Amino acid sequence: MPHRTFFKFIAPSLFVMLLFIALPILSVAYQSLFIEHEQILVEVENCGPFGCEKELRIDTEAMDRAMEESPMGRFNWLGTYANTSHLAFAEVGAIWRDSDGPVSALRAMLNLPFYKALIFTIAYTFIVTPLGMVLGFFVALGVNSIPRLLKGPVIFFSLLPMIVTPLVGSLVLFWMIDSSGVIGANLQLLLNDPQLSLKASPTLTWVTLFLYGVWHAAPFSFVVFYAGLQTVPGDTLESAMIDGASRWERVRFVVIPHLMPLATFIALVQLMDNFRVFEPIIGFSAAANATSLSYLIYNDLRGSETPLFGSAAATSMLTIIGVVILLMPVLIRTWRDFNRKV
Amino acid sequence: MKSLLRMTAAAGALLAAPSFAFADCGIESGSVRILSNDFEALHVVASGAEECASATVEVTKNQTTEHKNIQVAALTTNPATYTVAVVANNSVVPLLNDGLIRPLDDLVEKYGQSLEPTQLIRIDGKVMAIAFMANAQHLHYRKDLLEEAGLEPPTSYEDILAGAAILREKGILATPLAANFKPGFDLAEEFVNMYLGYGGEFFEPGTPNASIVNEKGVAALETMKAMSGFMGPDFMTFDTNAIKPMWEASEVAILNGWGSRASALIDTEGPAPEVAANTVLAAAPTVGGGTTPAATLWWDGFAIAKNISDEDAEASFQAMMHGIRPEVAQEYAPVAVWLIKGYEPTPAAVGVIETLKAGAKPFPMLPYMGVLFTAIGENLAEFMQGQESAEQALEDATQAYNTAAREAGFLN
Repeated sequence: MPHRTFFKFIAPSLFVMLLFIALPILSVAYQSLFIEHEQILVEVENCGPFGCEKELRIDTEAMDRAMEESPMGRFNWLGTYANTSHLAFAEVGAIWRDSDGPVSALRAMLNLPFYKALIFTIAYTFIVTPLGMVLGFFVALGVNSIPRLLKGPVIFFSLLPMIVTPLVGSLVLFWMIDSSGVIGANLQLLLNDPQLSLKASPTLTWVTLFLYGVWHAAPFSFVVFYAGLQTVPGDTLESAMIDGASRWERVRFVVIPHLMPLATFIALVQLMDNFRVFEPIIGFSAAANATSLSYLIYNDLRGSETPLFGSAAATSMLTIIGVVILLMPVLIRTWRDFNRKV
Repeated sequence: MKSLLRMTAAAGALLAAPSFAFADCGIESGSVRILSNDFEALHVVASGAEECASATVEVTKNQTTEHKNIQVAALTTNPATYTVAVVANNSVVPLLNDGLIRPLDDLVEKYGQSLEPTQLIRIDGKVMAIAFMANAQHLHYRKDLLEEAGLEPPTSYEDILAGAAILREKGILATPLAANFKPGFDLAEEFVNMYLGYGGEFFEPGTPNASIVNEKGVAALETMKAMSGFMGPDFMTFDTNAIKPMWEASEVAILNGWGSRASALIDTEGPAPEVAANTVLAAAPTVGGGTTPAATLWWDGFAIAKNISDEDAEASFQAMMHGIRPEVAQEYAPVAVWLIKGYEPTPAAVGVIETLKAGAKPFPMLPYMGVLFTAIGENLAEFMQGQESAEQALEDATQAYNTAAREAGFLN
């Protein structure tokens, strides 16, 4: 296709991407460089149903003037990125200077909100993505070999975790693992520990979230792998059979290599999705033990009556940078493959 | 013939209803647009205001638990999306901070004859909001279970902890206590209650500098931790909705719960009539030898947007006054603890009224309290689960507050 035709063909989607993806990201990046004006406080007397009290109040007229002068607030350059709620350079530096060893230093770092969220986010991404893909692959293999008549219903049920809204799915599981729920109560019986709670212990909460993540992520891998399985060349499989390859050997040496490009695609999508893990934390009320980067953004915007836009914007930018770093190996590989073909 | 009759009747009703309402509220014209939280007492008030709708007066409402998250944006536009914001001590603060609500002095003078002086929320001498109901967390206990254990009704957290130990020892209940310990709003509110009970101050006087890292803060946290020992293993996920079924299932004997939910727990026609019949409401307990209850008082009220025409503001005020007229407090007495003139407390109101009488403090309306409140709610969970010390938790909360307050412009 001539370059001109190609450009004409793609121009509308480029424009839309610029408008709805690039511009919002730029505006978030710009927002993250600002903090609110210094609040001008005055002492006044306030009265209500429960008595009077002298309290500080914001001088709204003075604030209006400041807002008119610079509507974005005070320029803070990268200060928000460096503060305690984000990368916390000063605190991290102090921790490494004062600590006895790397283990205690890492432990102290996990007390900082950003690093605490980051470690869960990374753990979730790297545990749920491969497990979900493996599970999806085996479900696809299984579904591919059952009789035609049963395929329809089995596919439907295998897809259910993806069809169910994440929040609803996690709430259902949340009630089941309650210490008086079906799973929670039976686990207590089984392990003979009446104080066992999947919601209280940090480790068990993490495990629960990972299991939920795999359950939720597997259907996507399943659908894509199942579609891929339909294209596995029959004659290669047959010749492998004639050579005496077992079922496992056929899967290992014919099916998996054939599906590898698909696996790259799924890994790409799932890494991005899992890095933004959010709904299960809300659904499982797990914020006490597990927070993610997306949860931090949510908490900045919804946690208090006054949303912290700059802080939320900074965390958003850090999340985007995190996604780019995560995808780097996959992107580099794709780029190399592309160059080789050309 | 029959359908014709019905149509005539309907048409008649249509014609009659607005003119009746018009006469009732005395509004000439204007637009009333209400934004409020979503619970029964506010439904009553908003429906009352809706009666004022007529050919010239438009009344709409949006009742949603998300009201706090949209109110600032909705009232910043000019004209504002809503003319009335139904608020509480905490949610009025962002509106005040941004100067989005108007002084109501002249409207109160003109139309507020039925208001009690205590209903007027005065900021720097100007009436900025009208309160109409009160709320607080207070004690609920099970008369029958305490009698079985030979216990007197508790009045302090020390009594509660001692009683809980006895209830467990005698094999009456394995998990006699419950409290709203879910991180976020619930956990922060429990700490605020307890800290005030110990006589703590949140800020250095006259400054936005947080001052919660002290003996009182540690004592408050230790008391909360001691209570969690008598709760079910999932206590870090408990909120009002999670505790209600536990109470109804008779798994819990003593609870410090919200007054606005008390009527459901003592409802003998509810799902657990025997439990409800034995549920007694009382003032919030004291703690650490203090004399005032470890509780904060809350009010719900309404404010009028600044960015609207005076005509709409007047119509809105009149419609809301109709929504909180004295008859409402009489007709719907069990629904809330009304601050409205002529209200007779019902059994469900006992807890809040006793807490109020015992001198509990109101939840602070300081501009930066919300920032500290959020920081507290997010940083106590690790202590509650035994992963860090009380001092460390309070320091983490202070650090989170300092960072957020700096970004919000309260600290430098």
